[in-house]
Amino acid sequence: MSHESFVFLSYAATAVTLVGVLVSILLDGRARKRELAELEAQGIRRRSQTATGSSQ
Amino acid sequence: MSDTTISQGWFTGLANPTRFLALSGRILPYLAVASVLVLAVGLYMSFAAPADYQQGITVQIMYIHVPAAWLAMMCYSVMAIASVGTLVWRHPLADVAAKSALPIGAAFTFLSLLTGSLWGRPMWGTWWVWDARLTSVFVLFLMYLGLIALHKAMDDPSRAARPAAVLTLVGFINIPIIKFSVDWWNTLHQPASVMRLDGPTIDPSMLYPLLVMGLAYTLVFFTLHLMAMRNEIWRRRVRAMRRQAAQSIGR
Repeated sequence: MSHESFVFLSYAATAVTLVGVLVSILLDGRARKRELAELEAQGIRRRSQTATGSSQ
Repeated sequence: MSDTTISQGWFTGLANPTRFLALSGRILPYLAVASVLVLAVGLYMSFAAPADYQQGITVQIMYIHVPAAWLAMMCYSVMAIASVGTLVWRHPLADVAAKSALPIGAAFTFLSLLTGSLWGRPMWGTWWVWDARLTSVFVLFLMYLGLIALHKAMDDPSRAARPAAVLTLVGFINIPIIKFSVDWWNTLHQPASVMRLDGPTIDPSMLYPLLVMGLAYTLVFFTLHLMAMRNEIWRRRVRAMRRQAAQSIGR
């Protein structure tokens, strides 16, 4: 294998791993937001929300 | 009221999850843009840097291997600081910070091992040796995986928080071992050439791209960590709301 191939493989593996972590975090965030929205649509509120009326 | 009480009140107020979500939501776009820009500059500088007189073009691997190794250790140090927060202040946000850093730290450690192996093969003639530096970084990788397994083994995050914090702090002993392994033992891995008491031994034409890439990786880490912390807070909120709903049905 040429030296260029080792360099290419290193950069490709780094890109794939970091993009993979980013995508998994983005998908996780989207799923959690969807769950929160579904629970709120069912009228379920956190205790602190019901006490203060806060929306966050 | 003592000064300590006032400062603790200020600290816990800042670490309020709702306030954290609002603040991180404002910071994240700027942090993400800064990460991309510094990473682009770092990559440009890396590819514009000269080839090494001995290693040739394979020195390009250094610009992604060394920052990955730095971040693998920095991420664990962030987790250790957060673990002190969990054990001393028992603040849930500290546990959120430690837990959400785990997969990111594991990814950087994996990249450090993989790119090191891909650099070692053409330069050392071998993919792997069980020398002190490589072995201690491999132990760090196993510790990340072990801590992930510990969190996954317990359904209730509050039950996993304290044992995970204790284990993280015990494992922190590995960080100085990794750093000084190349000085304490005979290793195939080269000794430190950037963080030395007598200054870096790398030529500025290679040092500056390396430092910019180190900054880029640090920004990428904090961007990913803030995003993962927000997800973990939402996950715990969903869990709390579901439990609350189940309790109200049971009444």
